[in-house]
Amino acid sequence: MSIAVYIAVMAGVTYCIRVLPFAFFRKKIRSKFLKSFLYYVPYAVLSAMTIPAIFYSTGNIYTAIAGTGIALVLAYFDLPLIVVSLAAAAGAFLVGWII
Amino acid sequence: MEKKIQSDFVRGMMNGIPIFLGYLSVSFGFGIMAVGSGLSVLEAFMISLTNLTSAGQAQGVGIIAAGGTLIEMAAVQFVINIRYALMALSLSQKLDKSFTLPHRLFAAYGITDEIFALCSTKEKILKPSYMYGVILVSTLGWVTGTFLGAAAGTLLPANVTSALGIVLYGMFIAIIVPPTRKQKNILFVVGMAALLSVICKYLLPMISGGFAVILSAVIAAVVGAWLFPQKEEEEEI
Repeated sequence: MSIAVYIAVMAGVTYCIRVLPFAFFRKKIRSKFLKSFLYYVPYAVLSAMTIPAIFYSTGNIYTAIAGTGIALVLAYFDLPLIVVSLAAAAGAFLVGWII
Repeated sequence: MEKKIQSDFVRGMMNGIPIFLGYLSVSFGFGIMAVGSGLSVLEAFMISLTNLTSAGQAQGVGIIAAGGTLIEMAAVQFVINIRYALMALSLSQKLDKSFTLPHRLFAAYGITDEIFALCSTKEKILKPSYMYGVILVSTLGWVTGTFLGAAAGTLLPANVTSALGIVLYGMFIAIIVPPTRKQKNILFVVGMAALLSVICKYLLPMISGGFAVILSAVIAAVVGAWLFPQKEEEEEI
């Protein structure tokens, strides 16, 4: 089978999942419960994606812990996204270089 | 007016820089993997350009390499990517009036975990121009990384690529930590989602990664909504 057909099916399914709720759900949700649920979803998704995956993100648990610690401290002081994420990578790199 | 629109777009691009860097390194790995599975550089590039998703693409390449059926391809993509429907629904609630149907049809292309994270937490009301700025920079990183990985995968030193693996997670931490300081209800939801995710990973390994995230997040958000319903004034912030 042509690889282009596979790619078309992949892309088509993925786009439909994204576009159907985004483009065609036009109602404002009134339910207090649903509104609260959707308010918490981003934080819950991000947290579940980060923990524990971040500890495997560099292929070495020690460099990952160093990067995570740096990110937590800098994020606590509300530093910009780019600073926090690059400092985490730099910390992981340096610790990997030392050990 | 023109200036304001441009600044939203530029602000989106600036905020998208961590995504650019993270995508560059993650898709680099995807490019290496795709070529290793027998795809051409162009095919790897096209998959990244048309799909813009990590786990789904990795599984998809596996199915292509194994000569799977199209039904299997569609089913696997559906299961892995269904989380985007939840994110799209969440975003649909905070779209600006200027987000007309054509804009929605275009911008839906760019709903990924990371772009959703930025658009849903950094913006009170989401405008197309801001979202396009984030999508443009992110997609550029995703397809560039794929191309470089597919064409010249082994040129970067391994310790640099592995350290870059943490960039996107660093950005997630930068997004979730500040609000947990101010709002204990968010801290509760974040903590519970993390705990459930750890339980899925170590005690329930038969649940695949994508499902584990959705399951943990939905349970934590439901419990959060049940225990700490949003007050009217907080919703309008």
